[in-house]
Amino acid sequence: MGKIFDSAVAALDGLLFDGMTIVAGGFGLCGIPEKLIAAIHDSGVKDLTLVSNNAGVDGFGLGVLLESRQVKKVLASYVGENKEFERQYLAGELDLEFAPQGTLAERIRAGGAGIAGFYTRTGVGTKIAEGKEHKDFDGETYILERGIVADLAIVHAWQSDPYGNLVYRKTARNFNPNAATAGRVTVAEVEHLVDAGSLDPDGIHTPSVYVQRVVLGHDFEKRIEQRTVRQREAV
Amino acid sequence: MSTPVKGWTRDEMAARAAAELKDGFYVNLGIGMPTLVANHIAPGVDITLQSENGMLGMGPFPFAGDEDPDLINAGKQTITELRRTSYFSSADSFAMIRGGHMDLSILGAMEVAANGDLANWMVPGKMIKGMGGAMDLVAGCKRIVVLMEHNDKTGGHKFRDACTLPLTGSNVVDVLITDLAVFDRADRKGAPFRLIAMADGVTIDDLRARTGAAFVE
Repeated sequence: MGKIFDSAVAALDGLLFDGMTIVAGGFGLCGIPEKLIAAIHDSGVKDLTLVSNNAGVDGFGLGVLLESRQVKKVLASYVGENKEFERQYLAGELDLEFAPQGTLAERIRAGGAGIAGFYTRTGVGTKIAEGKEHKDFDGETYILERGIVADLAIVHAWQSDPYGNLVYRKTARNFNPNAATAGRVTVAEVEHLVDAGSLDPDGIHTPSVYVQRVVLGHDFEKRIEQRTVRQREAV
Repeated sequence: MSTPVKGWTRDEMAARAAAELKDGFYVNLGIGMPTLVANHIAPGVDITLQSENGMLGMGPFPFAGDEDPDLINAGKQTITELRRTSYFSSADSFAMIRGGHMDLSILGAMEVAANGDLANWMVPGKMIKGMGGAMDLVAGCKRIVVLMEHNDKTGGHKFRDACTLPLTGSNVVDVLITDLAVFDRADRKGAPFRLIAMADGVTIDDLRARTGAAFVE
């Protein structure tokens, strides 16, 4: 079927264009598609709209696309770790839309599931609700939120088989399975490419239908944002 | 301003909040002071902590050398898993939050109002970082406990008749624990906040002077 590509650049060939919308998996720097982000950076594609829970940090993750001025708009729930983001936003160079984290996840899930919109109680009575349709169900007020479909989804997985069935690892799963459904084209970078038949069919997180291209990455950085440890008790 | 009173420490406040945790609860602890609550869970009370980035059954920090970049909490800190742990997507994580399956969330705050309004995500004119999962947590968890300093650095009221900052949620706070006192309310249908406890040395006159919200004794 030919879903496996030799490099991130090859996996993205023909998919990138100025002004496109890209949805990316990851939470903070955990489970981000770092190789695909680097290849998008190197491509020079610009005026991007990025849909992602966070916007990376200075010098890593989606932060590298901000530094190179390739981003026009960010839709995120939290962007607190990025000085260059702050500078561009305050200077009016960058458009920013906040969505509550659960609303963002559900907008991505809905888009991938062919659902144009849904009603949620999250954000009722806040700035997030301004300008949105309100509707009462069973005595509770809800607001309408829209599903999101992106031109491209980029995700990071632990394992893939040759068909593009994906397995994520621990909390690196996060937005990745949702993002994988919401791209018109979905490209996955993976840490391990395994033989057909070696993944447990009951344990696959993203079925192959959602994934068009796969690239095996090497030498992942997988940076830790907050290294917290406890002391070993003396024996 | 009234006589300065020392009030409860952050750990004492966290211990007060831990008393809200009942055996069998599924609980989400917000970033910052709420994470201290995990250190004060009573013996015999078995709770499961959720981390909204996609984990139920959050364990303690790892030993040095055991950190795993694929295993973090919502504060992006390295953590560990337990025998009960499960992992899931962000959409599933917020389905359990929004769907009313989580018993309790403990959050920090900038302001709380007498009607249960909560503001904890944005100060206009300053760089806004985003609400993360806070709006979903207050909209979906069965019970919301707030931990905050009673007054701001200049002595201004944070527990007020109405919030001045943009809201995180409207009519969502059930219990308020500050360094001076604990308040709760019987329901979200108009019940007023009621004073439950005061820190040693705090008088009711002190408390009223340092509070901008109506409450009952």
